[in-house]
Amino acid sequence: MAMKISQQKFNERLSSNLENDFMRGAVAGAQHRFQTRRSAAVDSLNWEEWRNHGEEIRQHVLENLDYYLYELSTNVEARGGHVFFAQTAEEATEYISTIAKQKNAKKIVKAKSMVTEEINLNSHLEQLGCEVIETDLGEYILQLDDHDPPSHIVTPALHKNKDQIREVFEQKIGYTASSQPEELALHARKVLREHYLTADIGITGCNFAVAETGSVCLVTNEGNADLVTALPKTQISVMGMERLVPTFEEMEVLVGMLTRSAVGQKLTSYITVLTGIKEALEVDGPEEFHLVIVDNGRSSILGGEFQSILQCIRCAACINTCPVYRHVGGHTYGSIYSGPIGAVLSPLLGGYDDYKELPYASTLCGACTDVCPVKIPLHQLLHKHREVIVEREGRAPISESLLMQAFGMGTSSQSIYKLGTKVASTVMKPFTKNEKITNGPGPLKNWTTYRDFPSLQKERFRDWFEQHNKGGKSK
Amino acid sequence: MIKNREPFLQTVAARLGRSTPSLTKPERNWKHLPQHEVLKDASMEELIEVLREQCLNIHTTLKKCTKQQLPEILNETIVDYGGGRVIYSNDPRFGVLNVLPVFEQFEHLKWQSGNGERNIDFAEQANVGVVISNVTLAESGTIMLQASPEVGRTISFLPENSIAVIPKSSIVPRMTQAAQFLREQSHVSSCINFITGPSNSADIEMNLVVGVHGPVRMTYILVEDY
Repeated sequence: MAMKISQQKFNERLSSNLENDFMRGAVAGAQHRFQTRRSAAVDSLNWEEWRNHGEEIRQHVLENLDYYLYELSTNVEARGGHVFFAQTAEEATEYISTIAKQKNAKKIVKAKSMVTEEINLNSHLEQLGCEVIETDLGEYILQLDDHDPPSHIVTPALHKNKDQIREVFEQKIGYTASSQPEELALHARKVLREHYLTADIGITGCNFAVAETGSVCLVTNEGNADLVTALPKTQISVMGMERLVPTFEEMEVLVGMLTRSAVGQKLTSYITVLTGIKEALEVDGPEEFHLVIVDNGRSSILGGEFQSILQCIRCAACINTCPVYRHVGGHTYGSIYSGPIGAVLSPLLGGYDDYKELPYASTLCGACTDVCPVKIPLHQLLHKHREVIVEREGRAPISESLLMQAFGMGTSSQSIYKLGTKVASTVMKPFTKNEKITNGPGPLKNWTTYRDFPSLQKERFRDWFEQHNKGGKSK
Repeated sequence: MIKNREPFLQTVAARLGRSTPSLTKPERNWKHLPQHEVLKDASMEELIEVLREQCLNIHTTLKKCTKQQLPEILNETIVDYGGGRVIYSNDPRFGVLNVLPVFEQFEHLKWQSGNGERNIDFAEQANVGVVISNVTLAESGTIMLQASPEVGRTISFLPENSIAVIPKSSIVPRMTQAAQFLREQSHVSSCINFITGPSNSADIEMNLVVGVHGPVRMTYILVEDY
């Protein structure tokens, strides 16, 4: 899967997702649970101080990114690892494919990683003839279901119900039991256990790399990343170039903020800090370790007006609080990065051609900014995108351009304005029924598809005001 | 081996307004350090109470005992888990705590470098894995392990049931103290595990399932005089 998950236009994706009642119910329910758990986890702390610290750590790292990447790579090498700096997605996938060929790899197990989705790694490895198996339960479900795209960056299979999952398991891995989550998970455990033990390569992402020690920190609840890195002889970890911290001390702070913000846990079940290859006489752990550091558009964000988006630690708190995501779901964004973070990041990494609608899929209410653990001003960045789209790119959405043109024309001459406002209620009469507009024309249509619009008053405010001043009554 | 570092860092440096990549370690002058305030003045007894309460949230059984009671409690816990094969780390503290005879009552293996791959094969078939926590975090209910030739990573992941012995002296308020401890050590272990209860997932309709890829059940045994 690449970052782009759909060839459909934004409005087509929007329509089909708005009609998906199960998905919308599931998303609303999930948001509620995520929000409740997150609040409970952060309320016990002096959270604003934590956010200040989280922000200063991430800003410090970005401002000194060249140094910390130098330090990280030097320390990985000192512990027997290889480091590959990939400027593009193609360079990264080519390097990893070369390792797979060298190792004559038949089977590769993977722990959940957004950046490997972004660079479309699985399909490159599959083209080589490798069997690539996602081991995170949610990712595994999506992979079995003919690569259904993720709809959330933490719980990727949120849009699926348990009966759909049972059907997928029946068709693809010979499952015969019920749609109880416990039974489904138990079956996945058995099937995947065999894969860990027989895989040639384990691939992970990287929640945080630690510059001072050359370590990679992985955060899971399932324990899959641990088996992916402990059993195969070769480990490859792929990281976005900004995902690092100076030392264990800052790692500790951000890990706790990540797990609280993402799932409301003080820590998830497994926080694993891996450094280099296994040492002399150690039995489990990789004999060979490669760290692939990916730019893929990130350096163009650095030093610019959108730099703060690189502070992101991928917790999804913004997604879990967003009223727009709640209604349209993850797939509408057309990118593996959904919600507010996706609406800011996807146009930066993937360009405005594919993602120019996303900054408009927001109410600018600022709820995302309030929950962000590293204080990214998300709604301001969305607003900035709109500025860039309209002013510098000259490509405001057509409806907005037409509306603005009409507004400009209507307000440029006093006589036209007067006429327009006088006849408005008459013009709208055919669409009005019982004081409501239920099937509006033009720009009103998007609104009235889902709810009624009040009918226009017969009397203009200006006329009413004039009468009122004269002490008269309205018509 | 490091590949493509120079051009990559050159691009990054240029974006940051520098003509060449910086090679000087930057000062970390943090204005905010809220982590040191958490449980700052808590006594050991209070930390144990925090740990006890947190175990209720993480689906983990907490048992408390003295050194003298430990063999009996450990035996009882393994039996409750159905006995069977038991794998444990070659940690000298097991000898000090007199629990080696307990393991001998079951089909057992001490994880040792000399056993090679047999460690993993046995762990995969084992019903119970037993380890000792190096640092224990009260706030989150977390044990910390450092892998070595005698402490295999997979002891705590492959068996269906997991038991961690927690020396009272290993308990600290939170991960902050563990991070400081790790930075003070001269060598960084190839694998440091922070483990908080059994494995779990909420990937199916947000329903919590306890026991996914790692252990399904977990017990902490806190030794109050060690």
